[in-house]
Amino acid sequence: MKVIGPVINKIPKLPDVKKRAIKLSENAIKKTQKVNRFFLEVGEVNLFFWLTLRASFSRNFEFKEFLRQCYLVGNKTLPLITITGLVIGLVLTIQSRPVLVDFGAVSMLPGMVALSIVREMGPVVTALICAGKIGSGMGAELGSMKVSEQIDAMEVSSTNPIRFLVVPKVMAATLMIPILVLYADALGILGSWAGANIKGDVNFILFISQAFSAIEFMDLFPAVIKTFFFGAAIGFVGCYKGFTAGRGTESVGIAANESVVLASLLVILIDLIAVQLTDMLL
Amino acid sequence: MEIENKITVPSGSASYSTNQVIEIKNLSKGFDDVPVLSDLSLQLFENENLVILGKSGTGKSVLIKCIVRLLTPDSGSINVLGKNVNELNDRNLAELRKKIGFLFQSGALYDSMTIKENLEFPLKRIKKNLSQNEINEKVKEALENVGLSDTLNKMPSQLSGGMRKRASLARTIVVDPVIMLYDEPTTGLDPVTSDEISSLINDVQKKYHTSSIIITHDIECAKATADRIIMLKDGEIYMEGTIGDFEQSSDEHIQSFFKTKILNSQITK
Repeated sequence: MKVIGPVINKIPKLPDVKKRAIKLSENAIKKTQKVNRFFLEVGEVNLFFWLTLRASFSRNFEFKEFLRQCYLVGNKTLPLITITGLVIGLVLTIQSRPVLVDFGAVSMLPGMVALSIVREMGPVVTALICAGKIGSGMGAELGSMKVSEQIDAMEVSSTNPIRFLVVPKVMAATLMIPILVLYADALGILGSWAGANIKGDVNFILFISQAFSAIEFMDLFPAVIKTFFFGAAIGFVGCYKGFTAGRGTESVGIAANESVVLASLLVILIDLIAVQLTDMLL
Repeated sequence: MEIENKITVPSGSASYSTNQVIEIKNLSKGFDDVPVLSDLSLQLFENENLVILGKSGTGKSVLIKCIVRLLTPDSGSINVLGKNVNELNDRNLAELRKKIGFLFQSGALYDSMTIKENLEFPLKRIKKNLSQNEINEKVKEALENVGLSDTLNKMPSQLSGGMRKRASLARTIVVDPVIMLYDEPTTGLDPVTSDEISSLINDVQKKYHTSSIIITHDIECAKATADRIIMLKDGEIYMEGTIGDFEQSSDEHIQSFFKTKILNSQITK
């Protein structure tokens, strides 16, 4: 009894055990709910992707709406891309020139800047701008349509809202972002020539010919291919977040915000994968 | 509270036929384990205006959203024009929805389109064989019917609340629906505009021979439009009858509901 007594005293009283058991089970339920929510979200994304893919190949393609979206995507971002493209080229040149001068390799400037713009800076910066401008726009537009029951109204009038609202937007983003990237690349090289002329006198034709002679087909090809994926990801995320927005007006802002964050993150991840794949294949 | 007045046969002279266009049996629907509709059964007859009354949160809007399968019921069956809505595939559901007009509480006009484009949108998708001239004619006719013929090229944002509701009604009737579902058609409108919308509901019923379910809080709207009224409470039918039956009821809940509503309508007038 002398030995067992202290051991028995150490055992918590029954109500304490009960409380702890309740707390443990509550924690377990909360964790299970979190896991459930995660899997539900994964399921929702997959279902939305599948429905979008199916609607993309349906017979009644909304061509007029697709053209309107192409115009909106291109037109909305064109001024921003113009300024950004020029500035990227200008800044890259101004930053790189002193180092190249030190090494006596200033003649390599056009090629080096052109390569970095075409391979990386042009696609990624353009895609990130589009993620902010187009992704948030799509998220907010579809979110507000959801809140004001316009998507329900579309569904009730026998129109598949995914076919009318989502497919043209995703396709427009997929097609227009590569075009915008090529436009930004061209302006970046132009900006670079302007930057080179700040501290020197460089002939335009000579600069351009040097820049293009440094770019090979296999520099341009993977860079353009990955921009299609950037566009698809931006369009899909914007539409998904808008389409699955909650019912309150607050959810419109949340949808727009989440669209930008997730689309930007996806752009970076796709870029990482694309760089790794290009490195492995070439 | 014990439900005492459950199901009373309408005593008024019915101007509608006895053919059922909608038959709902034992419908239950809940959200996150909270029941909204419990074992609800009702019928809508041909050419009938059925008004559904009830406090907020009693499941009125959920009921009509289940009818067009914007929401899927937990249990029970919904037969619309002889078809079980829950068992239809996507194509057949789309076909059935072509015969149903749904007027949303907010109007739900497409913000990015003009009023004309709003009306053309369902028309081009539901009546695919119409020429552009025929579409223009139908759009013009629908807008004239709701007194909005001069708003053809306006954007929804340029219209007042009442005009938006009327434009939305025009968009709904332009495709000649067999059944009309009105979700709080007079909410947020002044009494004069509310009366106009109530008259329009009756005009639509007379002109297009529709059968309608009207969800409303507005007693004046119910008086003006109802052939039969169902009151919901806690997701169940609390009472069914004509407006006269409701006015004569001695039940405390119904009395309080009607008194408050009549008082409100007197204050607003």
